[in-house]
Amino acid sequence: MARKSEPSALTRKLEAAAAQAVPPEAADIAAVVEAVMKSLAGDVSLAEFQLYHELEHLADYIQSAKREIAAIRPDDIRSRDIPMATDELDAVVDATAEATGAILDAAETLERMADAMPEGDKVREIATRIYEACNFQDVTGQRITKVVRTLKHIEQKIDALLSAFGDGFKGASEPAEEALPPGDERRLLHGPQLPEEANKQDEIDAIFAQTK
Amino acid sequence: MAIDMNMSVLIVDDYKTMLRIIRNLLKQLGFENVDEATDGGTALMKLRDRNYGLVISDWNMEPMTGLQLLKEVRADNKLKHVPFIMITAESKTENVVAAKEAGVTNYIVKPFNAATLKQKLTAIYGNF
Repeated sequence: MARKSEPSALTRKLEAAAAQAVPPEAADIAAVVEAVMKSLAGDVSLAEFQLYHELEHLADYIQSAKREIAAIRPDDIRSRDIPMATDELDAVVDATAEATGAILDAAETLERMADAMPEGDKVREIATRIYEACNFQDVTGQRITKVVRTLKHIEQKIDALLSAFGDGFKGASEPAEEALPPGDERRLLHGPQLPEEANKQDEIDAIFAQTK
Repeated sequence: MAIDMNMSVLIVDDYKTMLRIIRNLLKQLGFENVDEATDGGTALMKLRDRNYGLVISDWNMEPMTGLQLLKEVRADNKLKHVPFIMITAESKTENVVAAKEAGVTNYIVKPFNAATLKQKLTAIYGNF
């Protein structure tokens, strides 16, 4: 949208002279001509001036962003924080796998003992509930794997950022994750959806039934 | 299709815990002859090596996914009629559609329970 600019000094001078309604002095005319010539000699249009002004602002903004990024120590995030977080998450997966294994050991023992128990069927049913509940380990494991993958992606982005800014906080750059081409089956490897986003079994059944 | 409780069932999952859970649930349903593979490639070798009456496979595995395994099975003249159930955490519509189009016999979303497993087996083989 075009903005109405303030009248220039030259315009004001011309308007003032016109207002006086007296013939201008030769010296005034000379001053006006000189001002006009000076604006032409500068060879800078208003649009160009605005462009330079915007570029200056942009340069200031980039410098400011670089200072802020440097302040959060991205090299530390890349080299220490993200690897530590992924190690912690790997440890969570290992620990839950171990715990689930122990729970399954107990459930299997319970099921074996059920044959000799008067209420064996009830005990077997309890063992079944335990097996079902242990499904969580696979799903949580896959969820954590998704988080680890996201962290690694962030790590790559930070590397790219450091590489682009260079200077004092430049890090080793690795190629960014390649976008998968359309039709690539890896696009279907989403991992578990969050409960509110996931299709339930009955919805899966409906989709399944509708698909030719 | 009548069920043979002595048929060999191949379960495929890269999570050993899941193999154990599925094996135990199948055992409770009366299937004693259960074999395992932890990836698609091994599963395919086993399928070509002996006769299985049913494959129950995860999707998200490396290097060969469950979907690739399914396609290999359906492309193999000797294996293409083997019932194939996908048990996976992939619950998006596009996944169900892709699996169905590739020829999956049924689709179970994780976490699942014994009743769902039995229901899908009944859908394939009838009541047992």
